Amino acid sequence: MLGLLGEAGRLATFITRVKLAALTPWVFFGETLKQCIRIGYFSLPVVGLTAIFTGAALALNIFVGGSRFNAEQFVPNIVVLGITRELGPVLAALMLAGRVSAGIAAEVGTMKVTEQIDALHTLSTSPFQYLYAPRFWAAVLTLPILVLIADIIGVYGGYLVATGTLDFNGNLYIKNTMDYVTGGDVIGGLIKAAVFGGVVALMGCYHGQNSQGGASGVGRAATLAVVSSAVLIFFSNFLMTTLFTRIGL
Amino acid sequence: MTQPLLQMTNVHKAFGPKKILQGLDIDVAPGKSLVIIGGSGTGKSVSLKCALGLMKPDEGEILFDGEKLKKKKAREAMLARTGMLFQGGALFDSLPIWQNVSFKLLGKSGTSKADAKDHAIETLKKVRLGSEVADLYPAELSGGMQKRVGLARAIATRPDLIFFDEPTTGLDPITADAINDLIVEQVKGLGAASVSITHDMPSARKIGDEIAMLYEGKIIWRGPADTVDDSGNEYVDQFVHGRAEGPIQPAM
Repeated sequence: MLGLLGEAGRLATFITRVKLAALTPWVFFGETLKQCIRIGYFSLPVVGLTAIFTGAALALNIFVGGSRFNAEQFVPNIVVLGITRELGPVLAALMLAGRVSAGIAAEVGTMKVTEQIDALHTLSTSPFQYLYAPRFWAAVLTLPILVLIADIIGVYGGYLVATGTLDFNGNLYIKNTMDYVTGGDVIGGLIKAAVFGGVVALMGCYHGQNSQGGASGVGRAATLAVVSSAVLIFFSNFLMTTLFTRIGL
Repeated sequence: MTQPLLQMTNVHKAFGPKKILQGLDIDVAPGKSLVIIGGSGTGKSVSLKCALGLMKPDEGEILFDGEKLKKKKAREAMLARTGMLFQGGALFDSLPIWQNVSFKLLGKSGTSKADAKDHAIETLKKVRLGSEVADLYPAELSGGMQKRVGLARAIATRPDLIFFDEPTTGLDPITADAINDLIVEQVKGLGAASVSITHDMPSARKIGDEIAMLYEGKIIWRGPADTVDDSGNEYVDQFVHGRAEGPIQPAM
């Protein structure tokens, strides 16, 4: 129990220090831009593929389920709601947890065990400002953009299946999608995405900087980063969905 | 008497029940080179990390140029006047060589990238590396070249004090000797003080004005480098001549 509280305390201190570093006038703009490309741009294929297959499978499942009580016509409405409110942000964040959080943990962990982080200190540079804050900002800023793209691709996946195999009229599918989705649905998903982006970056940095013991320690840090990111994504998703439901978003 | 540039007094450091430093006393005068020798696990690296502020001592006092290194500002002022060559080089993999060398300059406002690159190339020349390596990445260099780049980074801002952590570890004897020559040349050329830790005796003899032996977290002998073979201390004698028999138990 004491160990758990100690870990929570260390994590809270770490998060506070990253956020303080992220809010100071930042010198490492170039590093942040580089991370935006690494985290955001290079995650586009994996997020896009996840979204298109999820949208397609969702349309099929809703059609099968809906047909049990003659509600097949609701496929476009439920696909767009499911994608924008839940599946888009959560699945994109999970893909980022696998691709980015593990990558950050491995990179920072290797820098730790090869004394590159100590070298930063001796060069009068804080790793919080040079390493962690740029990754934090990059993930927070780019995941909402990725999710917006994933929303569009996911809906398109549903459209392809619905019009290709389920005999839906294309124009009607798009009309139903656009009529039913609200700005609140999309914005709620984007807020979630920003929070998940922060979680993914923070977990990668935290476990990376705590890695010890060479290659096995770095591997363990990467695993811990993915697992803790995934758990925190689900947990924070539940909290935010509860909050958004209460405030009517 | 000249005020020491670096002074560590009665420094203690433990990790859990394991006591590493147990009353370490070190001082280095401006322009002088001190080499700390000692076996594995005797606290050499920990003493260096405490001096640099990378680790907080449990007890004791560290002064740089007469200033106590308790507050962040004092530590920052010290780091601005020091350089460090790490054992494995600790070069930043994601940056080209010239950015590694000029990293401290690039962090300062007012230094353009072009000026920083010119400065890096000039500094690389001092460690016998040509401008052709400036745009390469650390992984493209040999171990000896990485050590040279590490040395270039350590001297790039003309520091008053340079730390060397096992500067010749992992190098063949000829490359190690070349690195030792460069260290002596650059440290003397800058008029800087240096603190080196090593268990490589040829290196210690070459780069040190003085040698100190660390054993069980304390300095047990200190003297001019040319007297180390004749120290009259049985611990130093055993270590310097690399004998398994003697008062020091081999770390197994």
